[in-house]
Amino acid sequence: MATASPPPEGTPPAHWSDAPTAVVAYREAQESPEFGELRKAHRSFAFPLTIAFIVWYLLYVLLSNYAGGFMGTKLFGNVNVALVFGLAQFASTFLIAWWYSRHAEAKLDPKADAIKARLEGDA
Amino acid sequence: MTILSLEGATTLAAEGAGEHRVLIISLFTVFVLATLGITIWAGRQTKNATDFYAGGRSFTGFQNGLAISGDYMSAASFLGIAGAIALFGYDGFLYSIGFLVAWLVALLLVAEPLRNSGRFTMGDVLAFRMRQRPVRTAAGVSTIIVSIFYLLAQMAGAGALVALLLGITSEAGKILIVVLVGIVMILYVAIGGMKGTTWVQMVKAVLLIAGTLLITVLVMFKFNWNISTLLGAAADNSGKGSAFLEPGLKYGVDAMSKIDFISLGIALVLGTAGLPHILIRFYTVPTARVARKSVNWAIGIIGGFYLMTIALGFGAAALLSQDTIIESNAAGNTAAPLLAQEIGGGQGSAGGAILLAVISAVAFATILAVVAGLTLASSSSFAHDLYVNVIRKGKATEKEEVAAARWATVGIGGAAVILGVFARDLNVAGLVALAFAVAASANLPTLLYSLFWKRFTTQGALWSIYGGLGASVLLVLFSPVVSGKPSSMFPGVDFHWFPLENPGLISIPLGFLLGWIGTLLSKEEPNVEKYAELEVRSLTGTHAH
Repeated sequence: MATASPPPEGTPPAHWSDAPTAVVAYREAQESPEFGELRKAHRSFAFPLTIAFIVWYLLYVLLSNYAGGFMGTKLFGNVNVALVFGLAQFASTFLIAWWYSRHAEAKLDPKADAIKARLEGDA
Repeated sequence: MTILSLEGATTLAAEGAGEHRVLIISLFTVFVLATLGITIWAGRQTKNATDFYAGGRSFTGFQNGLAISGDYMSAASFLGIAGAIALFGYDGFLYSIGFLVAWLVALLLVAEPLRNSGRFTMGDVLAFRMRQRPVRTAAGVSTIIVSIFYLLAQMAGAGALVALLLGITSEAGKILIVVLVGIVMILYVAIGGMKGTTWVQMVKAVLLIAGTLLITVLVMFKFNWNISTLLGAAADNSGKGSAFLEPGLKYGVDAMSKIDFISLGIALVLGTAGLPHILIRFYTVPTARVARKSVNWAIGIIGGFYLMTIALGFGAAALLSQDTIIESNAAGNTAAPLLAQEIGGGQGSAGGAILLAVISAVAFATILAVVAGLTLASSSSFAHDLYVNVIRKGKATEKEEVAAARWATVGIGGAAVILGVFARDLNVAGLVALAFAVAASANLPTLLYSLFWKRFTTQGALWSIYGGLGASVLLVLFSPVVSGKPSSMFPGVDFHWFPLENPGLISIPLGFLLGWIGTLLSKEEPNVEKYAELEVRSLTGTHAH
């Protein structure tokens, strides 16, 4: 279908009008190679990592549910596999948060700043 | 699991009567007066809509991280998790982990794009590229329902809990507490807006961490800083031996309870990043980068807190008999205050009385900060999404909008008080898990599709929100949470046919699926211009508010 989407109902919220960058500029920015790189740098990092930590958490839940014997294995003193596995969830959460932030500062922020400066300078 | 099973809850009450009560009431009063003072100060600085909804976007990453923690760590997580560990050992700890891992979804996928592209509410982002009125309405309905469920559980729990800590047993006394909590909460939000609420949450987070840290240090000192000794003592004293340190005592009872725990775990992990009262906190900082920093602080603070609940829970199990804990509150909700009393020198000692009062005051502060955040989220969405953008079609002045938000606070707060009074003897703690399930089934799919899927349409958004919302509410209505079990909201009747207490396992995939099918079956083309604007703005911060 070549027709444009129907006009939005009512008046657009007031805040749209304080974003003066024209529609064309956003389309152009979206299709620019720089933005393509930014999108890829975000998605190729955040999406697989999200799937990974959810799978890692589900593995922990499933082992707690269905592998009680293994989880109950004592490692030292009264500390068993279950406790270490739980603490590993804390460790992995802290680590992923740190890793993502480092990635964002190095790879995402500079690209985002450049595109933002160009678009806001244009307006 | 619950704050409200108060059968035989008189032990602590009897102890609390007398010298403890004066001390506890004094600490409560000091907290309320100090925070109301902050609220009035914040109210004077609240001049426009950005001040009211977003605290002027002037908070630092650390401040917002503290406030997020204060918003998120409810009495259910403070008293509930410590109590669950004290009674069920390892499974209580297992429960806490989903609440932490969930923050990674917020960090990696939601916080920054939301801050970049939205203004005040979750609806700003959901409706950005869609037809405004239907999607704003859906976002407002979903926000208010999630927040009201959560609020109801907190309000009813607050009445029961404070009554228990103060030794109040009369019905009139419990009603009075719910009403007082409601009035203070309405004052915080209506006068102080986001700025006042944020400061209350920051103060509460500091008190909660300080109180928990104090008890943790005392417990660990008693066990020579040896976690293995602590665990051993807890296992022995619990009477359950090494099973106390292994999974299974709570969630591993039968095949169905295991599936129920998977369902709960998924809802916790995916629900956090869809909770409106959490999402609006990302608007209180100047940029997406600061939003990222604030989530990092929150992960550190919340993670540290849950690590300390290990010491609290196992400490209570090691130092108190199971009978003492259950006699005081069948769900273990008073395990932490009882532990404080024990470790301060025991019943009748000055140290015990002081620590019991301090921990009780922390619990009270916790409740107030959380209910304030929930009230703010629902009144913001009512005013900004429903009143201004749907009813007034975007043509209200800023002054009218803030006035509407303040009146909505009074209305929603008042409704929560009335519901809380009626629900005070019902077991409504399951509603917190329901709030997470709705957030994960209705809000998260729509948020993620909106931000990351080019083809997503208005119809997809509506199907996903209403479908996810409807499915989770209906499944809970016909689950053992509402009827058919002694622990149900209405234990006298039985109309349940859905076996799980948490609907997430069904409703979350359904929410995602409906958003996808609704989009594919859409007759309208996606709005490519608006998506270009949303995608570019959400990733770069161009023209962010």
